[in-house]
Amino acid sequence: MAPLTMLAWTPLISFVGAAAMLLWRPESRRAPRRLALATAAAGLLAALLGARELDPGRLETLVRSPWIPSIGAEFHLAADGVSLTLAVLTGLAAVAGVLFSWNIEHRAREFFALYLTLIGAVYGVFLSVDLLLFFVFYEIAIIPKYFLIAIWGSKGREPAAMRLALYSFVGSALVLAGLVAAWAVAGGRSFDLATLAAKGFDPGVQRWAFPVVFAGFAVLAGLWPFHTWAPTGHSAAPTAASMLLAGVVMKLGAYGCLRVAMPLFPAGLDAWREFFAALAVAGIVYGALVAFTQGDFKYVIGYSSVSHMGFVLLGLMTVSITGLAGAVLQMFSHGVIAGLLFGVAGRMVYDRVHTRDLTELKERQLGRALPFAAVTFTVAGLASMGLPGFSGFVAELQVLIGAWQTFPKLAVVAGLGVVLGAVYTLRAIQWVFFSGETAGAPGRATASAGEIPVAEAVTLPEKLGTALLVAATLAIGLQPRWLLDWIVPGLSTPLFEGLRRGGGL
Amino acid sequence: MTGAEYLALARALRPEMLVVLAAFAALFADLGWWRSLPTPARMRRNAALLTLGMLGAAVAVTLGPETAERLDGALSLTPVGQALKVVVLLLAVVAAWLAAEETFTDHVGEFLAVLALATVGVLFLLSTENLLLIFVALELVSLSLYVLTAFNARSARGAEAALKYFLFGGTAAAFLLFGFSLLYGLTGSIRLPAVAEALGRQAGDPLAWVAVVLVLAGLGFKVAAAPFHFWAPDAYEGAPTAVAGFIASASKVGAFFLAARLLQAGLAGLEGSGAWGGFAPGWTAGVALLAVASMAAGNLAALRQAGLRRLLAWSAVAQAGYGLVGLVGDPEHAAPAVLYFVVTYALAVAGLFGVVAVVQGPGGGDAITRLAGLRERSPGLAWAVTVFVLSLAGIPPLSGFFGKFYLFLAAARAGQGLGYLWLVLVALGFSCVSLYYYLQVLKQVWVVDAPPAARLRLSPAATAVLLLLAALVVLTGLAPELLLGHLRP
Repeated sequence: MAPLTMLAWTPLISFVGAAAMLLWRPESRRAPRRLALATAAAGLLAALLGARELDPGRLETLVRSPWIPSIGAEFHLAADGVSLTLAVLTGLAAVAGVLFSWNIEHRAREFFALYLTLIGAVYGVFLSVDLLLFFVFYEIAIIPKYFLIAIWGSKGREPAAMRLALYSFVGSALVLAGLVAAWAVAGGRSFDLATLAAKGFDPGVQRWAFPVVFAGFAVLAGLWPFHTWAPTGHSAAPTAASMLLAGVVMKLGAYGCLRVAMPLFPAGLDAWREFFAALAVAGIVYGALVAFTQGDFKYVIGYSSVSHMGFVLLGLMTVSITGLAGAVLQMFSHGVIAGLLFGVAGRMVYDRVHTRDLTELKERQLGRALPFAAVTFTVAGLASMGLPGFSGFVAELQVLIGAWQTFPKLAVVAGLGVVLGAVYTLRAIQWVFFSGETAGAPGRATASAGEIPVAEAVTLPEKLGTALLVAATLAIGLQPRWLLDWIVPGLSTPLFEGLRRGGGL
Repeated sequence: MTGAEYLALARALRPEMLVVLAAFAALFADLGWWRSLPTPARMRRNAALLTLGMLGAAVAVTLGPETAERLDGALSLTPVGQALKVVVLLLAVVAAWLAAEETFTDHVGEFLAVLALATVGVLFLLSTENLLLIFVALELVSLSLYVLTAFNARSARGAEAALKYFLFGGTAAAFLLFGFSLLYGLTGSIRLPAVAEALGRQAGDPLAWVAVVLVLAGLGFKVAAAPFHFWAPDAYEGAPTAVAGFIASASKVGAFFLAARLLQAGLAGLEGSGAWGGFAPGWTAGVALLAVASMAAGNLAALRQAGLRRLLAWSAVAQAGYGLVGLVGDPEHAAPAVLYFVVTYALAVAGLFGVVAVVQGPGGGDAITRLAGLRERSPGLAWAVTVFVLSLAGIPPLSGFFGKFYLFLAAARAGQGLGYLWLVLVALGFSCVSLYYYLQVLKQVWVVDAPPAARLRLSPAATAVLLLLAALVVLTGLAPELLLGHLRP
């Protein structure tokens, strides 16, 4: 079998892993997580093997067979450099998520089955070029999220899970409305993305269809003001689910914007660009400001995700090669960094001290109790702030350069968001890890002087997951070519022809 | 008519005759030599007898003619109608076995015989385009269902439900009959194509509009569309569970087939338009209004239900609304979409009533919380509930998703330039609302911890029925063409 088609196996591997998880009833408590790790690693490996063969500058078909001929739907998976980038991200996040869920023992089989179903659906979305197939995978992703949060989540899990499910469903309903309309207007014969994109819809249709479909996807990407599901959902979710939600599920929305909404309706995009760019910048600043005022550790990270996803959407709205490449790079970068931040907050800290309240955490002296967590969070925080050497820097810089060329005023405001990002991140680092008792501090210091607070040591799987994600962010920070060599050619496929004509890409 | 013609007629009606024979066999056997057995055993034996008859009828349908025209359209077999007969027979078998799950009556033979008669009514509905026969078949279904609803003589709620159902149904039947008589008066024919042709010649007669309104009211009752839905929650709650399942599934398949045929073939000249900005009086405009009212009333009321049966009733009203959305499309695309939708809906809802029959308490308690911790008490049943509920909610890759999806496609391509897209948007909006209450059911099954209760033991029959229905829901979703191929004219 050609290595290229290995990419097409990624959804199937995950779904088969999920099914096996449910059917197999092992004696050992360790067996489910091992199977999950093997499945996630197999997915990552398949993605990487596919990457070696794929020509990132072409949308190469992996599988194509008729599915529902009467309406023109096909089972059609294909990949170019952009989808490849996100498939690899999914693999990384999946493996890291399993490693950070090594301590799940309550209904572990069901947990990992839902987890792998979600992963499989995400791979499916990134590789589908038939709109109906794309949408089917997009919807399959909703239900596992609900159960992952409602069953294994923490405080406030049920309302948060319901809110997340309903927001996702409303978003996908908007998308579906746009897709049905596009299909009907194009004559009702095909759901093929390339065919429909080449069709060139009437500008009148585009002007209303673009905002509907774009907003539908952007709900999942955390576009302000439709972002409120994100902080609550991320915070209530179990660690692995937060890592996936912030790491890859929000990217589903952004990817849908880039892959479906923008190429299908380029004229509509032209009309609405500034509006959505302004919303994106509002999200950047608003997310950062709100993150600064939060008293809950995970909410800080949840709002930071809203802020960072604002950069992705701003990059998309520039419609320049720099901005778009920056947006895709930021999707990858944020996926890795958010995974790391949630891994520390959810697994290393919350699972050990059972509180997310910043003022309580302040007293726990976690910097001394959990030095590994402190170092990891500081590194991840620096990456998140966009320090040179980490992936966040190159990604946000590219977006800002792209934005500077198209929306100079908004770029300045977005730049302010970067500064605010440093502020709330440093605040969280300091409150959680480096406050409380300090040498020579008066008052409380006497009570706990000399005692090193105890906490269960950081385990090997956590360290492995951390190493994987830190390595990814450092690699891309130091050598962004590796990803840009996939992304930039990927943006020159015929699919983006309409964008190039409209926006001078 | 000559003897040869009678013989041909009898050949075409073999399935219906087999079901009637099975009904009589059940009556005699039960009153005769099974009399002394305990009720559950009698129920099972009679159900088996009925199953035999129904399966024989299904075989007769598949072996029999695909198309036939007798007696000036009084008997008009179409491939689509024949395919739906198999579905209806399957749903009747399901109802018979679910009835065996509860003991609500000693009159076992009579109960199953009346159930068989209701089935025969639906079968006739699927094989005629003659207004008079349509009405007779409808009345056969309705009268049987009134009796079945009241069959639990020990339940006051059952009697009340049946009375409401009967009063509403009687009024609706009167409306429908009045509408039919106006159509006959206007056109001089009771055969649908001839009616359509004559109506086309004399467009604009105000009496025709009256007829349309009356017919829509009658059909609205049968499909439980708002504002003709008030009987549904009470009937679903008060009737024996198997009967409620039959009303929601088999009877609905027949009703939607009738609606599609009557409106699109019989009232072909009076469509009018419900398109946005292009409103013109006619039945599509009326159907669009009924659809919006049903989706709104059903989904909003379902949000507040604590009992499974009432939840299913309101969700049935809502789902009838989605079905009507598809009816506005052009006949070539709309009819298959609507029928695919209603068949897949029927499979899922019959399954859920089966679940209710299994989990309900001694007094028929059906609170949603009875499903709490089902994943531990019966994992298989928990999965079945999940499949049925997610299908009703329209989550791919289950058949409920494709059902709605085809309806939306049919509506989107109807009318000039996306004229009916507004209806699709309303439907999509309300399906977001519906996710909330469907997830509430699944929350009980998977999230809420089990109260200390014994494991649920399912009878082999219930297991088989639920497994079959769940498999069909998944299969028709993964490969929609399997079913859809039979529903295209």
